Amino acid sequence: MTSGTQALATSIRANTLRMVNRARTSHVGGGLSMADLLAVLYGEILRVFPGTPLHPERDRVILSKGHACAAFYSALAIKGFFPMEELEQFGRDAARLMSHTSHKVPGVEVSTGSLGHGLGIGCGKALAAKRQNGRWRVYVILSDGELDEGSNWEAILFAPQHRLDNLVAIVDFNKIQSFGVVSEVLELQPLAEKFRAFRWSVREVDGHDHGALKQALGATPWEPGKPSCLIAHTIKGKGVGFMENQLLWHYRPPDAEQLGNALAQLGCDR
Amino acid sequence: MRTAFINELIRQARLNPRLFLVVGDLGFSVVEPFAKEFPGRYLNAGVAEQNMTSVAAGLASEGYHVFTYSIANFPTLRCLEQIRNDVCYHNLPVTVVAVGAGLAYGNAGYTHHGVQDLAVMRTLPNITVLSPADPGETIGCMRNLCESPRPSYLRLGKAGERPLHDTTGVERGPLAIKPARSRLALAATGSIAAVALDAAREIKNRFGMEIAVYSCPWLKPVTQEFFKPLWEHACLLTLEEHVGAGGFGELLRALQPGSCRIMSLSVREENAGLVGSQEFLRASSGLSVEAVVESARELLV
Repeated sequence: MTSGTQALATSIRANTLRMVNRARTSHVGGGLSMADLLAVLYGEILRVFPGTPLHPERDRVILSKGHACAAFYSALAIKGFFPMEELEQFGRDAARLMSHTSHKVPGVEVSTGSLGHGLGIGCGKALAAKRQNGRWRVYVILSDGELDEGSNWEAILFAPQHRLDNLVAIVDFNKIQSFGVVSEVLELQPLAEKFRAFRWSVREVDGHDHGALKQALGATPWEPGKPSCLIAHTIKGKGVGFMENQLLWHYRPPDAEQLGNALAQLGCDR
Repeated sequence: MRTAFINELIRQARLNPRLFLVVGDLGFSVVEPFAKEFPGRYLNAGVAEQNMTSVAAGLASEGYHVFTYSIANFPTLRCLEQIRNDVCYHNLPVTVVAVGAGLAYGNAGYTHHGVQDLAVMRTLPNITVLSPADPGETIGCMRNLCESPRPSYLRLGKAGERPLHDTTGVERGPLAIKPARSRLALAATGSIAAVALDAAREIKNRFGMEIAVYSCPWLKPVTQEFFKPLWEHACLLTLEEHVGAGGFGELLRALQPGSCRIMSLSVREENAGLVGSQEFLRASSGLSVEAVVESARELLV
């Protein structure tokens, strides 16, 4: 049942690796950690219209962890929002696909890169849907380190106050932030309890278990009147053995040999 | 000025179902009529200006023209990056409204002195920066913004500013609130224009000289041509309730064609932290009527 999303996740990972290798950019680890999440969202959950990216009934997706956009762009290209060949332009001079998320790319709602912006914008969009009786939903993908930003907690207070049950926040909780392990920099745990105390409906899943992701994301809102927070426990660098749980891969792009090795682990060609 | 703002916003909201007001837990005795008449287009975002601005951007991206409203630095400096990235970069119709800009909250202390906002807001892409002097100019600014919603900053005084003139359109250029073909002209932005007008009257009384006075509510986008009426005077004395760096006087100096000598009066940086009434703080920076007359006299001799 989830084989389609498994193939999609593998393709997202392979393209992400190729893109960062070619562009010599960073953040491959945080792209790989959310590849399964993107595959399930774009494979089975979202209502999107690749041929009409701004269709009024589309679900709105905001990648608040904009640094991980290589994986996001891969998912959008695979879904047909723009040609796959454009992925080769990633990070090049004057390219549309820069190395943080750009709203000039079809399928992207919001430019991000500075952390702590996406959830607030998502609240505004979700509120607009409520006020206009729109049936679409808003999905915001956050990193764990990003939750250090106070602006998120303003939005986390705001969403339940306005009963934004059309809003889904997904935390890619890979436990490693920019310059260290989350628990050693600014501990977020108990994260679920924090969101619950702020009056969110919260679920925790293995962020690489497609069945669990589909079950959770396919059933929102979990409690009518409450925004949903899915804490996806993930592994930074997931899918490439030598990248998993290594801070190094927040920064370093794989060289040619490492790319070949990584793609071989995924069962993909170069 | 804030009353003129809210009354015009209500008038416009009756015509345009896309107008939306978001306040940062401020606006007591000002915004209630809007909230009562348009509950579906009103929101108190709480004491959370970063989220207020991001929410405004989100609403604007779904079709609303959103006004964010708070006092002094709170809707600007506190959430500058949200204005820069979420609003301006995405070119979304959000108007940031700061009430009590300049030294209007004088005795509230330095935290409430909005004297760096113009310098900062002027540097943002896609933004229109407006700084009206009186209720009429405020209405003129509002009509322009509502007619063509876009990223914008509306810098307002507080309450009780007296009408200085009949406004003929803020977008046309500097507004001659006291026309004269004088060698020296006074040019001001914001409510300090009233001091310029009073100083010109005092100069007439004391020295028998007619001095032109301009109010300049439109600060971005501008060109050298936009300020052409000013360049017809050999000498300009500028007034602003803002520090000199990045302010109105500096803007004019950067644009002036070379034939015009410009002297500027602004809030002195060494006065940061000085507390008192607006009149006291203005006087402390050479922005009282008496001090402006003296500065003008020095330029005239």
